[in-house]
Amino acid sequence: MRRVLLALVLLVFATGAAPRATLPDIEDEVMCVECNTALNVSTSTVADQERAFIRRQIALGKDKQQVKDALVGEYGPGVLADPPSSGFDLAAWLVPILLAVLGIGGVAFAARRWRRGAAPEPAAGEPLADEDARRLDAELAAFDRR
Amino acid sequence: MRFRASWAVILAAALLVGLLAYGVASKRADRSIDAAISKGRRVEAPVRQLPVLGGQGDSSLADYKGKVVVLNFWASWCKPCTEELPLLEKTQQSLAGKNATVLGANYQDLSDSALKFVRRFKLTYPSLRDRDGQFADKYGSRAFPETFVIDRRGKIAAQRRGPVDQAWLDRTLPPLLGEKA
Repeated sequence: MRRVLLALVLLVFATGAAPRATLPDIEDEVMCVECNTALNVSTSTVADQERAFIRRQIALGKDKQQVKDALVGEYGPGVLADPPSSGFDLAAWLVPILLAVLGIGGVAFAARRWRRGAAPEPAAGEPLADEDARRLDAELAAFDRR
Repeated sequence: MRFRASWAVILAAALLVGLLAYGVASKRADRSIDAAISKGRRVEAPVRQLPVLGGQGDSSLADYKGKVVVLNFWASWCKPCTEELPLLEKTQQSLAGKNATVLGANYQDLSDSALKFVRRFKLTYPSLRDRDGQFADKYGSRAFPETFVIDRRGKIAAQRRGPVDQAWLDRTLPPLLGEKA
């Protein structure tokens, strides 16, 4: 019984370690090197050549990462859809982060100003002049007598 | 406070536009070689150490200094490129004994596919593998095939963006073959 359980556990780990690669799963993560578009939307001859290469690699039993490594071996790192994280291309990673930080900062700043402006302190008002106070009292007394 | 905030927004927008403009400009093909050749000037041929197609180790255009080199950028997926391969092989045969060679630069291609064409046309001249296309970028190459003729001092003397023909080769090569290193 213990051996059967061990075999089952090993089977689960073995099948979970390297999921089988598929063409659609890889196609959207690599580029057509000639047309500079994602491979899954490219219809050129070189795109067909790349797809055929990926199918052959999958048929050899390679997992997704191994197929991508083989593609880089043939076409260089430019075949990967992720922009390189060096040189000017580093901006492709940094600019969205910078924009997100600026956006969050902007929203926080606007919210603070809105909260301050939304609930203004009631104005205390000027005290009444003596004559006005007397008139007001007289009017109120007349009102009470009615 | 409002004044300072609006300046910060304008500055951020200007930075973004500047970044975009620089990105677009840096991806544009370099046409400095074309400009120099059209003025009759020769420019230093860019070199890069690259793997040899179907061979061992790396090689570079610099290894051919002293020779006239017909540098041809090609790929197996590019029909006009493969159509001119027989003419380039014929040129290679005619250059024998003249201290000159054709040199292929196989651009972003599968080595197996490229080697099929090498075998089909019985190409005897070497090709280097420009896997990531950075060597072609140095020549401002965008549409293939493209051919550059390098003189014995390692300078670009002529270029053809598009397929070569016999007439162009006949016009371009003899004066360069007559030059000394």
